[in-house]
Order: sequence, then C-alpha cells, then structure tokens
Amino acid sequence: MSDNAEDRERSGVDHAPVAIPRPLPEAGVLANLIEPFADAAWELSSGQDVVLLPRAQLLDFAAAAKAAGFEMCVDVTAVDYQRARSDRFELVVNLVSMRHGERLRLRLAVPAEDPTVPSLVSVYPGANFFEREVFDMFGISFDDHPDMTRILMPDDWQGHPLRKDFGVGSVPVQFKESHRVT
Amino acid sequence: MGDKRTEQGTTELWVSGTEEPDWLVAGTDEGAQQMQRDETAERTIEQRGTRVIDDFVIDDSIDGDERMVVNMGPQHPSTHGVLRLHLELEGEIVRKVKPIIGYLHTGMEKTAEQLTFLQGPTNVTRMDYLAPLHNELVFSLAVERLLGIEMPPRAQAIRVMMTELNRISSHLVAAATNGLDIGAISMMFYGVRERELILAFLEKTTGLRMNHNYIRPGGVAADLPDGWQDDIAGILDRMPHALVEYDQMLRYNSIWRGRTVDVAIITKQEALAYGITGPSLRATGCEWDLRKSEPYSGIEQYEFDIATGSNGDAYDRYRVRMDEIAQSLRIIEQVANTMPPGDYKAEDAKVVPPPRKRINESMEALIHHFKIYTEGFKVPEGETYVAIESPRGELGCYLVSDGGSKPLRMHIRAPSFANLQALPIMMTDGMLADTIAAIASIDPVMGDVDR
Repeated sequence: MSDNAEDRERSGVDHAPVAIPRPLPEAGVLANLIEPFADAAWELSSGQDVVLLPRAQLLDFAAAAKAAGFEMCVDVTAVDYQRARSDRFELVVNLVSMRHGERLRLRLAVPAEDPTVPSLVSVYPGANFFEREVFDMFGISFDDHPDMTRILMPDDWQGHPLRKDFGVGSVPVQFKESHRVT
Repeated sequence: MGDKRTEQGTTELWVSGTEEPDWLVAGTDEGAQQMQRDETAERTIEQRGTRVIDDFVIDDSIDGDERMVVNMGPQHPSTHGVLRLHLELEGEIVRKVKPIIGYLHTGMEKTAEQLTFLQGPTNVTRMDYLAPLHNELVFSLAVERLLGIEMPPRAQAIRVMMTELNRISSHLVAAATNGLDIGAISMMFYGVRERELILAFLEKTTGLRMNHNYIRPGGVAADLPDGWQDDIAGILDRMPHALVEYDQMLRYNSIWRGRTVDVAIITKQEALAYGITGPSLRATGCEWDLRKSEPYSGIEQYEFDIATGSNGDAYDRYRVRMDEIAQSLRIIEQVANTMPPGDYKAEDAKVVPPPRKRINESMEALIHHFKIYTEGFKVPEGETYVAIESPRGELGCYLVSDGGSKPLRMHIRAPSFANLQALPIMMTDGMLADTIAAIASIDPVMGDVDR
C-alpha cells in the first residue's frame, strides 16, 4: 500500500486511488485463511486452488492452515524452471482438509542464489521425508529440519539430479571410494 | 476349524461355516497366558508394544553392552524389497528406528522429463509394481486435465474396472506376504493362487502381467477382449469363497491374532500428522477414501462402502484390506453389468492415434499417427495435481507442462514413501519380533518408495 502511495506522489496523479481487490476465492474456509495474509496471492490453476506465497510467510501460513482445518500435508516437491523465471526454483506444498473436503496448493518462489526455505516439520511432521527428497533432488535446504540429509541418493553423491542442468546419460557412474568425476 | 479342551476333559469342536463360539474369536493363546500369568496387564501391553512412550532419550550411561545397533536389511527377506532399518535395541525392545531408503532409486522422475506424454505411462507403471494400473491412471488423469479432454463413458468404466481388479491383486499380495512374514505360509499360497486369476485376466486384456502400459492419456490401449464377461464372472464367483477361506485361516486363528492384534498401533492423530493414507489411515477409524471424497473416472456412479477399522493395529490394517477386496468386487460387478457401449478412447485426433484401418485410407490419419509417435502431442502450459486412491493410499501426480510434448516436471506422490514414516511411531518401544509384523502391515512397495 505504501509503495502505491509513493508511486502516486511521484507521478503527480491526484485522483482517488482505485482499489483493485486482489482475487480471493468464494467466501469459505479458504477465503478466511488467505484474507489476513496480504502478500498471499490466490489463483485457480486448472481448477485447483493455489496460493502463491513469499517464503518468509510459509510457517505462519502453514500454522494458520492447520488451525483452519488442513490436517494433512500430503506432498512437498519442487520444480526447476531454470531461466524461464527470475527465481529459479518453485517449492510446491499440497495440503488436504478432510473436515472441509478441500485441497490447497502452496507455491513459493525460491531463488537459486539462496535456496533455503523454512521447514514445515514443526507444523506437519509428515513433511520430513518429502523435504529431504527435495533437498536431495534440488539442493533446496530447509531451515530447522531435524535431519537434513540425502534420502534417495548415496550420501557422497555430488550434485542434485532433478536440477535441469544435471545431464541425463552424461554423468559417469559414481562408485564409492574410487576415482571421482567432478 | 478349531478345537478346545474343556475342563471336564471333553473337546468342543467348531466346524467352519457355523457360527463361531466366543472362545474362538477371543483367541486361545494358552501358552502365552501361562508364561505371563504373574505379569500385570500393564507390563503385558508394554511388552507387546501397545503403549508407545515417545519421550525416549538416549541414556549415555547405558554402555555398549546393553544397547545394540542392528541394521535390518536392505537384503532382509521380510523388508519387502530393499528397505533398511537402523534399529537401536535394548535387549529385545526396539528403542529407536530409522528407515533408510534409496536402494531402488532409479531416477524415474528425471526419466519422465525425457519421455513424451504418450511414453509417460511406460515409465510410471514401473514405480508401484503391484498396482501398475493405478500409476498409469493417475498420470493419464493429470495429462488429460491439462489437455482439458473428457473420456468417453466406456473408457472410464474400463479404467475403473481394471484398477479395482488391480486393487484386489495388490491387496492379495499384501495379505500373502503379511502371512509369509509372520509365519502363516499357507496364506502365501492362497493369496497368490487367487491373484493368478486376476493376473491372467489382466494379461489377456493388456498383454502383460505387470507394467501394462494399458491406461494412456486419451483412453485405454485396447478394448476388453472377447469373452471378458465370463472371466469377470469367474473372478466374481471365486473371490467370495476365497475371502471366507482367508478368514478361516487367519481371522479366527489365535496365532495370527496374537501376532497382529494390538501390535504396531498408530492413532488417527499420528496418521494425519505424518501424512499416512490408505488402509493404514482407515484402520485408525478415519473415513477417508479418495474414491468417495474426490471421485475420478466416474467411480461415483457405483455403490460401495469405505472399509474402516477402529484400533489402528496390524490386525485392523489386514481386516481393512480384506474388506476392501469385498468392496472392490461390488464395484467390479456393477461395472460389468453396466458396461457402456461406445469407444474406448477419446475422439481427439491430436492426442489419440488413429485406428490402423484409417491409416491405410487417409493421408491425414497417417500424418497424425506419425506425428504422435515421433514428436508426441503438445500439452498446454500449466500445472496440476491429481490424486487417486491406490491400494496403498493417496497416489498423486504433480505435472508441469511448458507447452511442449514432454513434461517440464513430473512428480509422483508415492503413498508408500509417506507411509514409511509411520514405522518409527509403530515400532518404538515395541518388541523386535513385531517389527516384521509392522513392516508387513503397512505394505510398502519399494519401487514406489524410491522411484
């Protein structure tokens, strides 16, 4: 809001600002959940509710979502958009509310320079394995995760296989305790 | 059948088929009672691992002689593949469990980015190899949602029938290996025997016993074979008798009950917190089945009930699977009776290859055929998450397309992967022997876990 006010002053336009309401879902659990988070943007993606969130607010939002009835975190994954977006990675969290029969997907932009995200384990303990998988495959690390280690690849593996710049078929097989290809 | 010696010295006999007497259902673990006669009830439930004390901290004063670290697996026969458990034991009590996975990791999500959307099902079908049709279905549904195409009723009905058959065969393997692990080897023979019936039908329809590549974006690969009604009728005829046999063999078996009742308990709250779905969640009494709450492929037209347990122990998980087999049979019967006529694939020439006959007649059909099989069809830009109820729980597919003919990202939310997180809750402060029952009861498929 303050940014908009400054913009108006600079441009010298003095007519009353037209408040463009940000799109919100129809009144219900979801609308009540998103409403207090000013930075959260809601959209429909192929008919499903998606909330785009700054990563600093992830924990607060997750706690609010759990209180609002989203009991289960079914999935945490990530996408590597490489150069297609300014922030290379996107973290995707899927929540389910059995009480309300709703699903909600959170998407968070994660820049390549600082690939860290607060861990959801304190709110949803079941995110543990999924976050380890994201760390293993994308190199996105989770703050305050109880066990931030590789889960699928060997402990001494180099690189993160699901990143787009990790080639297919071009990486020699890595054997433990032997000549290592960098 | 069972017998019981009464105090007077005569023998009570129970013949299967009649109403079972109380002593049979209650279990007759006489030997166990004698061994623990002096023990209080509290001590007994502690030993059985019923009560889970989660505030355990490692006591450094206990030296290495009393605490032992045991690596169970990855080549242990009861770990259903290559699961490794890092166990910390105090005598026979398991104090700490850490599942270590990744031994079957083959980078299938990476492979999916190299395959076109039409080739995708060949890849995902190899993930959960006991329920390959469910994997194909969830991938196809995700692609179809991005494409925005609707399936004809016959394709949907075939999909429902085939996945429910697959659910039965998967639950049969679960019960069979569960029996084998705990020592009821006959269950292995019985379970595999009936599974063979279903696999024979799957082979007749799809050409393969597993990794079918039958359900594809745009429909199914082929129509049902001639005489499919007879095969289905044979399965529907045989299975109810088989279920009675399993019940006679396990449900009223005091050894089986002793090994599974009150073993590896998980509560509803724990299951929700740890993202556990499928029969393991329903065994805790939570009525959550995606076939009811988020129906797919027209499954809402058919009548069935959600099988639930109450106690959340290994026995309830086995019961839920058995009840689900009965419910799947109900669905299959309804589908077979109401199988709609029509086409088994969508009529979108850009997505579905033309039939062989038209290729000989039409130049356009030949071009479409060539383009679909070389370049693949293009899927509009977008992202979606589709979830279905696989035999192991919520099977999800997160699919991102950048508008090309290959996915930008394909992620499978594997139910076994999440369900493995239940192992530490189930096993902590339980007996070592019960780890076998616990692993078998959540029915992990390592291909699904590691992908």
